[in-house]
Amino acid sequence: MFEGYTASEIGAIFAMQGFAGLSLFCVFLLMALGLAIIFGQMQVINMAHGEFLTIGAYSTYLMSVVAEKHAPWLMDYYFFLAIALGFVVAFAIGWLVEFSLIRFLYKRPLDTLLATWGLSLIMQQGFRSMFGAREVSPTLPEWLLGSWQLSDTIEIPINGLLVVGVTAVLTLAVFFLLFRSRWGLKVRATTQNRVMAEAAGINTARVDRNTFALGCGIAGVAGAVFTTIASTGPTSGSLYIVDTFLVVVFGGAASLFGTIASAFSIAQAQSILEFFINGSMAKVITLAIVIGILMLRPEGLFASRVRK
Amino acid sequence: MRRHIHLRWLALAAALALAGGATAADYPTAEVNTTGLAVTDDAVTVGILHSVTGTMAISESGSVEAEKLAIKQINDMGGVLGRKIEIIQEDGASDWPTFAEKARKLLVNDKVAAVMGCWTSASRKAVLPVFEKENGMLYYPTFYEGLEQSKNVIYTGQEATQQILAGLDWVAKEKGAKTFYLIGSDYIWPRTSNKIARKHIENVLGGKVVGEEYYPLGHTNFGSLINKIKLKKPDVIYSIVVGGSNVSWYKQLKAAGITSDKWTLLTISVTEDELLGIGGENAEGFYAAMKYFQSLDNENNKKFVAAFKEMWGDDSVIGDVTQAAYLGPWLWKLAVEKAGSFDIDKIAVASNGIEFTGAPEGYVRIHDSNHHLWSKTRIGRIKKDGQFDVIYESDLVEPNPFPEGYQ
Repeated sequence: MFEGYTASEIGAIFAMQGFAGLSLFCVFLLMALGLAIIFGQMQVINMAHGEFLTIGAYSTYLMSVVAEKHAPWLMDYYFFLAIALGFVVAFAIGWLVEFSLIRFLYKRPLDTLLATWGLSLIMQQGFRSMFGAREVSPTLPEWLLGSWQLSDTIEIPINGLLVVGVTAVLTLAVFFLLFRSRWGLKVRATTQNRVMAEAAGINTARVDRNTFALGCGIAGVAGAVFTTIASTGPTSGSLYIVDTFLVVVFGGAASLFGTIASAFSIAQAQSILEFFINGSMAKVITLAIVIGILMLRPEGLFASRVRK
Repeated sequence: MRRHIHLRWLALAAALALAGGATAADYPTAEVNTTGLAVTDDAVTVGILHSVTGTMAISESGSVEAEKLAIKQINDMGGVLGRKIEIIQEDGASDWPTFAEKARKLLVNDKVAAVMGCWTSASRKAVLPVFEKENGMLYYPTFYEGLEQSKNVIYTGQEATQQILAGLDWVAKEKGAKTFYLIGSDYIWPRTSNKIARKHIENVLGGKVVGEEYYPLGHTNFGSLINKIKLKKPDVIYSIVVGGSNVSWYKQLKAAGITSDKWTLLTISVTEDELLGIGGENAEGFYAAMKYFQSLDNENNKKFVAAFKEMWGDDSVIGDVTQAAYLGPWLWKLAVEKAGSFDIDKIAVASNGIEFTGAPEGYVRIHDSNHHLWSKTRIGRIKKDGQFDVIYESDLVEPNPFPEGYQ
């Protein structure tokens, strides 16, 4: 497919294609991070994860409407406030959901699957009643639109850079929170042995609640960032849910590194296959490879170290 | 001001005169309804069957609104054969078996005289056997892939050749386009449409298709595809991406520097409705081929847009399908009046050749034999505010649901 092109043209395409793979990796990681925490640390299958993404997206939309009407001077920067708002709202709703629903179902994992799926339907219809059935479009600041002209032929999408940046910051933050803070120690202790953790004086119920809310909050951030590259509507969240579970399960449920590795390999496979074959076939082949590897390694790329 | 009032009185008088021409007494129920439909001496019941919940609610809400507006206007003019139209609305819930079940309920239990409904081809295919078995009449509003024709369906949107050929002819002539990159969501409508487009490009226009690709519904990352387009540098990007993917597609094109100053993109799947979600600034300057745009400059359309906004709010936007849905009740009314009967068999025959001059898109006529509409195809250029500049209008195009040489 490269006959008749100059070396610099091909080089430019490969550079841009490399960036496309990188930003797809970041999109996957961003959407899976929250679920990886909830699923990995708590073994809760949260089917409403997509809807927490949508909460972040609608927060951004609301923020853009408010900024446009009442504070036009804020338009250039409101997006960072929107990310924060997305986190706060999704965190708060996640906290409430854990308190009123999830905590009664810890001993019945299959029931959480059904309950959170029902929750996702309720939330979708809630968005529809509140914001209307039609998709909305947050007005993005000018600097976020368009591309960065690196050379004559290489153009890097600015919204892609934003996704990469936010993913890096968020992943580092989660890493420090889980592995370098006292709170993270409690979370890991609870995951490894709940009874022992309680015996050591850890309030595991509170740890659960905050862990779940944190996972939801991170989904909210992801949702806010995704408004730059995707749609904002009542069912937008459901566009991500399959890929999200794919990344988390493939990575190995209890491992943050597994999630990162899995997001990276799936994104690269898909992006390269899309370039050389086509969209639908790329998806088929990627899924086939993932299924094949999961048959050989049922625990995912990084085996879980949770005591059974 | 006074002139305004006079006009109102005149309009009212005209409406009375029209209504006077068709009172229920002139059409005894026993004569106009020989098959046991829900027709009484002063009312007739029709069904509305769209998704108001689930993923398709995004698209179908506009159709419901347009159909209710048309029915209200018809009732204000005195109804059909002197009978007020009453509505039973059912929710297809974006689920095709539900559509079939609700269609059966409307036809068998409610005995409705006609149904305005469906949006996706999948939902239409699901209800078609029900309408044929129970002998109902469906007014279907969406532009679609063609390859279908039924005594029990009136297709008020364009079939594929009407929408596609005129658009391709225009872009070949105006932009001198020779190379095309065809892109679609992966299901029947985009695939059938691109098949027709490819045949037309290769056999009629003498151009070349440099790429044809499909992405799963709901796909949100188009980075690799965009790089391939940059590599192949087609004269025209021909896009039939739908649903949530649409938004990702245009946002990512814009971010990758594929904008209308350097590239030509022609789509048949973006209306004013979709632009709400995409944001006009992300698709500014690209072209869409449709039969209707909200910004069409004619008297019918001005009245229609004003009435629509009065009923459903100033923020409403009206896309191609919404307008086509608005035609349904009117075409049904004309067919009933021409037949002098509500009987489905008589309406199915009477519909052939019916002309409707009050359509917002301008004059339309039902084909003499295939139940599709003669209509014009227009090219609109997307503006930043989410509306279109209409820059080209074809002659009336004959509907041709089974195009020879294109399959």
